Amino acid sequence: MIPEVGHYALIVALCLAAILAVLPAWGAWRRDVVSMGLAPGLAVGTLVFVGISFACLATAFLQDDFSVKLVANNSNSLLPAVYKFSAVWGNHEGSLLLWALILAMWTSAVALLSRQLPLLVLSRVLAVMGAIAVGFLSFSLFTSNPFERLLPGVPADGSDLNPLLQDPGLIIHPPLLYMGYVGFSVAFAFAIAALLGGRLDASWARWSRPWTNVAWAFLSLGIMLGSWWAYYELGWGGWWFWDPVENASFMPWLAGIALIHSLAVTEKRGLFKSWTVLLAIFTFSLSLLGTFLVRSGVLTSVHAFATDPARGLFILLFLALVVGGSLTLYALRAPAVSSRVSFAWVSRESLLLFNNVVFLVATLTVLFGTLFPLIMDALGQGKYSVGPPYFNAVFVPLMALLATFMGLGPVSRWKSDSVSRWRGELALPAVVAVACGLTLPLLGVEYNLWVALAALLSAWLVLGLARDLWYRVRGATTLGRGLRRLSPSYWGMLLAHLGFAACIIGIVATSQYSVERDLKMQPGDSQVLAGYRFDFLELAQVRGPNFVADEARFRVSRDGDVVTHLAPQKRRYLASGSVMTEAAIDPGLFRDLYVAMGEPVGAEGAWAIRLHYKPMVRWMWLGAIFMGLGGFATTLDRRYRRQRRSAREGLQGALHGA
Amino acid sequence: MGPRLKLFIPLILFAVLALFLFRGLELDPKELPSALIDRPLPSFELPALGGDRMLRREDVIGEVALFNVWATWCVSCRVEHPYLHMLAEQGVPIIGLNYKDDDTDALRWLEELGNPYRVNIVDAQGTLGLDLGVYGAPETYLVDAGGVIRYRHVGVVDERVWQDILQPLYRELKTGRVN
Repeated sequence: MIPEVGHYALIVALCLAAILAVLPAWGAWRRDVVSMGLAPGLAVGTLVFVGISFACLATAFLQDDFSVKLVANNSNSLLPAVYKFSAVWGNHEGSLLLWALILAMWTSAVALLSRQLPLLVLSRVLAVMGAIAVGFLSFSLFTSNPFERLLPGVPADGSDLNPLLQDPGLIIHPPLLYMGYVGFSVAFAFAIAALLGGRLDASWARWSRPWTNVAWAFLSLGIMLGSWWAYYELGWGGWWFWDPVENASFMPWLAGIALIHSLAVTEKRGLFKSWTVLLAIFTFSLSLLGTFLVRSGVLTSVHAFATDPARGLFILLFLALVVGGSLTLYALRAPAVSSRVSFAWVSRESLLLFNNVVFLVATLTVLFGTLFPLIMDALGQGKYSVGPPYFNAVFVPLMALLATFMGLGPVSRWKSDSVSRWRGELALPAVVAVACGLTLPLLGVEYNLWVALAALLSAWLVLGLARDLWYRVRGATTLGRGLRRLSPSYWGMLLAHLGFAACIIGIVATSQYSVERDLKMQPGDSQVLAGYRFDFLELAQVRGPNFVADEARFRVSRDGDVVTHLAPQKRRYLASGSVMTEAAIDPGLFRDLYVAMGEPVGAEGAWAIRLHYKPMVRWMWLGAIFMGLGGFATTLDRRYRRQRRSAREGLQGALHGA
Repeated sequence: MGPRLKLFIPLILFAVLALFLFRGLELDPKELPSALIDRPLPSFELPALGGDRMLRREDVIGEVALFNVWATWCVSCRVEHPYLHMLAEQGVPIIGLNYKDDDTDALRWLEELGNPYRVNIVDAQGTLGLDLGVYGAPETYLVDAGGVIRYRHVGVVDERVWQDILQPLYRELKTGRVN
């Protein structure tokens, strides 16, 4: 009964979304206030019904209703309740419903938080989001119905959730990632509404900015969680693989960075208007492309969902409609004449333009690498796979170049600046950065040129920010007052840029300084790695809720003091028979200690054991968290609140806004 | 080119991309080019992993076996590895094709995770992979006693794949019911 309710709710949601896509748009065209005014209500209504549908599916999972095919295939009565819940999105159908739910949430958020927008703009924005919702809801209903029943012949128990997905990180990784992906639909909808209205001005950029920043922040956290999960769950200490599905989330993230910076220029200076619109379309298109790649089966990947050509065709048609349609609109409506506002080559604008170029090149590089096998196959040139060497070869120089110019960013001025002023401002930071580059690697295991370069660039970024911060707080009577005077968006920028610096350090230090050893060890053996002594104390059999495991118990000590106890496991999941490695990690700000079990060797209870010493690996994820927090911080800016208040006062003139 | 026409460039680029994606839908990356099914394994002369011995096609055929394409850079191969062990313990002969990999890394991997392979062919340049039409690792080919490729599976071989697809075929080939 409950699954049927969910199914009907989904159908109602589709109908509401269809009305949302059509009626307010028609109203905007005919300047009909009544039908435009229905848009927020329809948006919330869609959310309510998608929400009911999602709740029904979650209930089916939590109640072990194995008559539902999805539950039977992806859950098991022994599964802990929290994983039964996360199993809802551990598969194609359920994750698509989650996607639709999150889209409905964003749409409602826009409807409820944007009362300040001119009704005309709001109704267009919501209509565009409604149209996207129609696409996803019908995709769900027509090709991937999550409520399909297995009647008769209900299985006694389910075939369990993929053990790799039975992990706390994976409970929130997909929702965060989707919050990011789908959040870019807001920027997209604003861009389309602006094109439809024919007015691409600073106010359009100002409306889009907080939404874009939040979406990007979610995506940053989602990608970070995915990388962290891979690190401890796959059992060999890797954290990024350039897998097509990872790339699918990385591309909108990169394009999102370009969009965020380009929006800043458009808002502050009224420049790059057509370019920013194009980036907004591009970023969301990449989110959709990611969906296509993951769910259509055109590329192989560890993460790929079970695929079906009908689904691929559906998303491709949808993609063609959304992207093709919006690009056609762009070609017809975007201002073809370049703005009359000008800027000098030495200015903040050109630095931001440089940022845009770097991130666009980076995005296209990843896109090309991801699609290369497909393109070669389609051209009949054989089957290829593109590996990490290609991506690293392109990415490392690009990011080094970026960091060099990024240090200039915060201290630079709009419109026109001078090289001699930059020289004056940054001579000291540059000297200190070089000193850091030369000395900091001495703290590491051995002197390493890559680490030196990373230290140099990160110090350059941090010192440039510090210099700028110093100028901003210098005039205040006390330091505290000076800091309080800074706007949240400035703090956001600061956090995000610091996060980027931390990422550079973390990635390079851990790639260069990691020590790992693969050993045959049996209880009683000890091993010293990077100054830590690992004692293999005993081997035990443990039983989890739905698995049995061999557990190796280690004591780790340094200079005779016990640092920690680690107990990696080799788990065998009962329902599926799959074997999983559960690494044991002692995390730290400056180093992680990592123990994973390989295979049993010989008959005397010896195992292949992998020991890792991973310096500063956390900096990478901390950096990503900083970037995410930075993205969230910008939205606290007073000017968005002021905008809301003033708009409320000027509600009378709402209709004349566009 | 007029300024308005320039704005059409993104649309045109997307149209080209969409064509490729459409074509991609028909091409299943997991499917063996039909030309190779029921055709003999391509001939080759490549070194064996961890030795100076050269291997030829004749050295690795003779019984029904799995040819497993793997590499240390391949994440899924790690996931697959324990299952291959189980198959090897059940007596299924597995020939490894170490694809575009580094010998030292590969040997260390086998030392650490164990070696389920009868023998490993080193295909550092990917030449044999090219003849086979390897899309990426892991891939597994079922080759019969006469050295004829009977099935290709792209992706991880796990309990489900083995039980549902490979094992029935493997049994049939072993008992000689096919051909």
